[in-house]
Amino acid sequence: MKIHLPNSAFLGNIDSFFRGFDPNDSTILHVTSNKKWISVHPLVLTMIAALGQSTHGHVGFEVLQAKSKHYFERMGLFKALGLRSGISITEHDPSGRFIPITQILNSSSLSEFITDMVPLLHLEPSNAEPIRYIVSELVRNVLEHSESPNGAFVAAQYYHKSNTIRIGICDSGVGITKTIRKSHKAIDDLQALRLALTPGITGTTPREGGTEQNAGAGLFFVKSIAAVNGDFFGIYSGKAFYKLLRQDRDKKELLNADPFSDRHSAENNYPYWQGVAIGIDMKLDEHEKFTSLLEHVRTVYTRAVRERKKGRYKKPIFI
Amino acid sequence: MITINIKQEAGEFAENKDIARDFRINTILPTLNKGEEIIIDFTGVDGATQSFIHALISEPFRKHGDNVLDKVKFKNCNKTVQKVITIVTEYMQEAE
Repeated sequence: MKIHLPNSAFLGNIDSFFRGFDPNDSTILHVTSNKKWISVHPLVLTMIAALGQSTHGHVGFEVLQAKSKHYFERMGLFKALGLRSGISITEHDPSGRFIPITQILNSSSLSEFITDMVPLLHLEPSNAEPIRYIVSELVRNVLEHSESPNGAFVAAQYYHKSNTIRIGICDSGVGITKTIRKSHKAIDDLQALRLALTPGITGTTPREGGTEQNAGAGLFFVKSIAAVNGDFFGIYSGKAFYKLLRQDRDKKELLNADPFSDRHSAENNYPYWQGVAIGIDMKLDEHEKFTSLLEHVRTVYTRAVRERKKGRYKKPIFI
Repeated sequence: MITINIKQEAGEFAENKDIARDFRINTILPTLNKGEEIIIDFTGVDGATQSFIHALISEPFRKHGDNVLDKVKFKNCNKTVQKVITIVTEYMQEAE
């Protein structure tokens, strides 16, 4: 496999980074990079960490020349890959509001991670609420559905200029399509993503309301939080990448049960990603109150379940 | 009447579904099966995920229908927790 750290890769322009990924030969990972400056979303780091783990440490990492190389040491990329970079950094930078790449393997580690995350990112309670919600739901999805022994890789970073927290969560598991197809028909990876983002659809059962442990609501909630706050959200699995674009917050109808009704981009022709990679950006100064957001979610969710139920009603035959 | 304390096991942010499952299997379902009432106490809990609440009460809903809401009371929930519980109880009733 080959992956290139570009000059810039954030959710707005991350498509070209994905397109440059070469998934051939999964036994080894070669990482190359821009020589001058590299500025990337934490999702990029978690993806490289997940790939490195899947090769059991068979990683060739071209020596970083970019001036911003210290960032990768600070974010724990080399540590995650089992490599020594030779880059020295000052630990415990007081201005740092970031979470280095963290591997989460089980439920109790996730609970500890969420407890530690809030002070690490210096989050106000109003900002902490949606962020810990998102991380919990997304990482639990990985632990429950990915079937990956490597669990989830998470990283986050605060960006002062845009007052935004960017979060990346990635795994190298079975991917969305295999999970969804256990209970639903999905013709391709993009259709599987569409179903996974629809409220009330879970791979664990075709039954409305889900199982005793799964409702098929986690991804819909996360996408909804991003939509209502006007943030980016992107999910990449198999050959499909769905990106929720910034929604027009003046529009009355901000939430849709069908992710394809949201303002979005989606394609099914990316290099194959084994697993799921999710990125989200959260602007800290534009949050709708979390309780109001949940009220939007409630309305759309209940309506979606009701309409799906109606769709299964037997129809009278008029002759 | 039995009371379960969420904060004691799940902490201030109720998100660990394994803990919710244990509450469901070991306390909530057996109590409802006996026809007794149960109080789920969220004192000190400042947030909960839909997944946690679903793992806590969806199976009781399936087994006992919306009568569950006559037997189960939710104590000291803040507005966020109330919203999440409302979402889950509504979609479970829609799904019946």
